Amino acid sequence: MKFDTPAKANPIDKGRVVGIPHDRIDGAAKVTGTAPYAYERHDAAPNAAYGWIVGSAIAKGRIAAMDLRAAEAAPGVLGIVTHANAGKLTKGNMNTAHLLGGPQIEHFEQAVALVVADTLENARAAAALVHIDYTPESGKFDLAAEAIRGVVPPDSFGTPADTSAGDFDGAFSRAAVKLEQRYTTPDHSHAMMEPHASIAAWNGDKLTLWTSNQMIAWTVGDVARTLGIPKANVRLISPYIGGGFGAKLFLRADALLAALGARQVGRPVKVALARPQIPNNTTHRPATIQRIRIGADRDGVIDAIAHEVWSGDLPGGSAETAAAQTRLLYRGANRMTAHRLTTLNLPEGNAMRAPGEAVGLLALEVAMDELAEMCGVDPVELRIRNDVQFDPEAGPQRPFSSRKLVECLRAGADRFGWNRRIPKPGQVRDGRWLVGMGMASAFRNNLAGKSGARIGIDAQGRVVVETDMTDIGTGSYTIIAQTAAEMLGVPLEQVTVRLGDSRFPVSAGSGGQWGANSSTAGVYAAAMALRAKLAEAAGYPVDAAGFEDGLIRNGNESRKLAALAGDTGLWAEDSMEYGDLDKRYAQATFGAHFCEVGVDTDTAEVRIRRMGGAFAAGRILNPKSARSQVIGAMTMGAGAALMEALDVDTRFGFFVNHDMAEYLVPVHADIPQQDVLFIDELDDKSSPMKAKGVGELGICGAGAAVANAIYNAAGLRVRDYPITIDKLLRAQMA
Amino acid sequence: MKSFTYERAASVEAAAKAAASVQGARFIAGGTNLIDLMKLQIETPTHLVDVNHLGLDRIERTTEGGLRIGALVRNTDLAADKTVRRDYAVLSRALVAGASGQLRNKATTGGNLLQRTRCPYFYDTRMPCNKRKPGTGCGAMEGMSRSLAILGVSDACIAQHPSDMAVAMRLLDAQVDTMDADGVARSIPIADFYLLPGDTPNRETVLKQGELITSVTLPKPVGGTHVYRKVRDRASYAFALVSVGAIFGEDGTARFAFGGIGARPWRTQAADAAAPHGARAVTDAVLADARTTPHNDFKKPLVERILASLYRQQEERA
Ligand SMILES: Cc1cc2nc3c(=O)[nH]c(=O)nc-3n(C[C@H](O)[C@H](O)[C@H](O)COP(=O)(O)OP(=O)(O)OC[C@H]3O[C@@H](n4cnc5c(N)ncnc54)[C@H](O)[C@@H]3O)c2cc1C
Ligand code: SF4
Repeated sequence: MKFDTPAKANPIDKGRVVGIPHDRIDGAAKVTGTAPYAYERHDAAPNAAYGWIVGSAIAKGRIAAMDLRAAEAAPGVLGIVTHANAGKLTKGNMNTAHLLGGPQIEHFEQAVALVVADTLENARAAAALVHIDYTPESGKFDLAAEAIRGVVPPDSFGTPADTSAGDFDGAFSRAAVKLEQRYTTPDHSHAMMEPHASIAAWNGDKLTLWTSNQMIAWTVGDVARTLGIPKANVRLISPYIGGGFGAKLFLRADALLAALGARQVGRPVKVALARPQIPNNTTHRPATIQRIRIGADRDGVIDAIAHEVWSGDLPGGSAETAAAQTRLLYRGANRMTAHRLTTLNLPEGNAMRAPGEAVGLLALEVAMDELAEMCGVDPVELRIRNDVQFDPEAGPQRPFSSRKLVECLRAGADRFGWNRRIPKPGQVRDGRWLVGMGMASAFRNNLAGKSGARIGIDAQGRVVVETDMTDIGTGSYTIIAQTAAEMLGVPLEQVTVRLGDSRFPVSAGSGGQWGANSSTAGVYAAAMALRAKLAEAAGYPVDAAGFEDGLIRNGNESRKLAALAGDTGLWAEDSMEYGDLDKRYAQATFGAHFCEVGVDTDTAEVRIRRMGGAFAAGRILNPKSARSQVIGAMTMGAGAALMEALDVDTRFGFFVNHDMAEYLVPVHADIPQQDVLFIDELDDKSSPMKAKGVGELGICGAGAAVANAIYNAAGLRVRDYPITIDKLLRAQMA
Repeated sequence: MKSFTYERAASVEAAAKAAASVQGARFIAGGTNLIDLMKLQIETPTHLVDVNHLGLDRIERTTEGGLRIGALVRNTDLAADKTVRRDYAVLSRALVAGASGQLRNKATTGGNLLQRTRCPYFYDTRMPCNKRKPGTGCGAMEGMSRSLAILGVSDACIAQHPSDMAVAMRLLDAQVDTMDADGVARSIPIADFYLLPGDTPNRETVLKQGELITSVTLPKPVGGTHVYRKVRDRASYAFALVSVGAIFGEDGTARFAFGGIGARPWRTQAADAAAPHGARAVTDAVLADARTTPHNDFKKPLVERILASLYRQQEERA
């Protein structure tokens, strides 16, 4: 099915099941521990041996010699995989660095060996006996020092690194009010709950991987490519995923080395990354340096806006597209954005929840707060004045498919009690706390991708949906069941959803907040095909047929779906593809974040008191799971504002604080009441679901609202994230 | 983790003997620190002597009117003890400011005193660290040292002692009661219990091989207002950047002990003596010999600000 004209009224509009805040259908299994995660598939792969990864002790250089004798002789050791015996491995299309290093070392903690043993303890102990002599080379690890060597990176998802419209320089120099500021954001680690984990088993030349992966088809492709085997020989099974945030978009070392280990020792092998290995072995969100310039009139109306971003990555890597939102969020005839990428020999930078916007808005939305103060305009009002209903780079011929930023700003401000904010910083005291409010716009691009599904109904009227879509804790199972139930007019309880298996039709997968809309649209397409088959079986014209209460109706006639399915059942498969509506219309999700913080007058400790937001993201398929996504993302935004940072040791070239005791993310005590309001919106240009993504929108701008609240509370502006006590104290003493 | 042998000791004496007679033996209590370090091969004991079943889990009054806390009393139980909450409130407050509920359920009084530093270079066996591997150098001094100590540090090591509980123990003039392999008991004032790093940061306490902590004894209550203020990077479940335990007397006197800034739980006579002169005076006294890095120099103003805040609170109370 192709979606190339705006959606008309369709079965989803009934809203009988879709749009209901239904509990997760997989929730009970998860909270009772009966949903098996990859590392626990003892049932499917009995007798698995244990692999332990040895990571490089240097960031750049070569392995001069590897002495495996002691490790090989250690108790229980079955085999050791290294570059010397792994056979030819081709780097995956989605990988920047090789997943198995050696002799060349590309980054610290790059896997250089897998020790396979009969128990986890034996594998880990033997791994410590692998002796490696390195010849280190000097590397580049300091973004601030290397930024000037940045070059124009390749296009990202089809968008160029640099854009411009009008005459920024001229307009900026003429502007009555000029803001120019520099902001920095550090490297972030995904820190999802479940570490990367896989079990691999070979049957002849066929490989099965039980793994934890967001993108089944991408990863099947890269497993096949890396090992040099046909895709048809790779089966990936990833039905339950304990969080990913982008860390599990790609084939990673756990899966590849499990496959290599299993091949070497001739039995299934399981591999999980230990928590302290994750930050340096896997991908992370790259640090950025951002420069923002805004020229406005005295009322804050923007005429010129520029956002430049510097980030680093390994050779062949990609830039953090932190200026992305600045292309679309605010008006201004004269504008430019630019990204520069410099070479760093740190671990691989890549996508983490809302790549681009998550850190871009940490800068842009603080800049807007600063502009509001310069112009003496309320920050909410400033954003309303600068709203634009079309792509401001392309002009009015490219309108937004739907854009309710202003509605979000107004409704969010009302609910939060924004009118009680005192614009002048440092005015509100509560005991030893200075209290302030801040806000920020939320913006995240909307992407939709081709997604397929298979749907069947049996003689009991049970509906089964199969797609290789993944549920990374987001609620995919539930919204897919809701979609199928809506389309076929059956109760939700009658739908079984099977996900995350490469034998199922290829879906869009989970990433870039495209999963919910795309995957349910794929189910919509398959369900339409099944409706046609059912109508044909009933002898009804499909366009006139109605589906409800387990029946297909035509006027006064009706037939039971179960009866039509017959003993063999009826199946249909289709996918949803997209035309050029995303070119003709800018498609994005919007929102407004509000935050109240207290700043301790003595110690500069920051405590968030309230967070609230209003969001417009098309049809909300399930308000309960959508709210969970948004509050989780707001929490992550609070983390980015206040504590999250991988500390780079520029001498050794690694992230020093590589465990969860030292890489801090918010705990319950950091996060108070969070209020989420969804603004009614149907986007008929996004898909037949009229939905958009919502999984990443909540992080976008959340941290800036915290930063702006700190400024309003205490008059302290820290532009280098995270805003920690040491920086606030230094700002105060400056 | 290296493989090791394990035994469950039958008595205090037997535990001490067993630990002294096997090269590389260690006691295991709650295991919340030791096992983590073993997994990372930072600690590689050959033999573990489990001291969980020796009846060292009681809290009793001493004849001197103080309190004897068994070495195996869990942090949760100690924090919740009625006498502790009434007479030694700073201890209870320090305990609940540490770690998480789950960890405190396992962590013990003796183990808490002996928990090792949180220096990130200590935690990565590929990095130089004089404490972990004497003579390899200090990774932190020129590296990321934001959380590390500014007092009692040496050219070899600037690691902080991470315990909250030990700060309160230091403030309360606790004694560490031990028994050695020969069955000899001794009581070590906590002021003398921890060694400064000097040239041998790998040596952290005066305990001898096999010497078992049996209890920690508190002298009779000193009264006053007990406070524990811990400043950290998030609201809970993080080690202190700076913490201050204080007991304010009725008469303008006070005593202070500090966490997060010292190579050991920090307390000085000079700081206590300066108490009547206010926060600035106490700060000057305690930080006179402070040695900072560009990453952790903020701890100095933070000490003063916490003290100022505590003084203000105390005035408001009065
Ligand atoms: C994530 C995390 C966060 C934490 N946060 C904090 C915090 O904020 N503040 C804080 O204070 N602590 C914190 N801790 C540390 C925690 O308090 C300690 O791990 C705990 O107190 C250690 O006690 P244990 O009984 O588990 O010791 P174990 O791990 O069993 O032992 C520790 C050491 O003491 C020795 N030992 C134990 N008992 C005896 C004895 N009776 N005699 C002689 N030697 C003995 C052992 O041989 C070992 O060397 C944290 C720990 C973790 C893992
Ligand atoms: S400060 Fe001490 S513990 Fe940290 S690296 Fe240096 S020697 Fe090791």
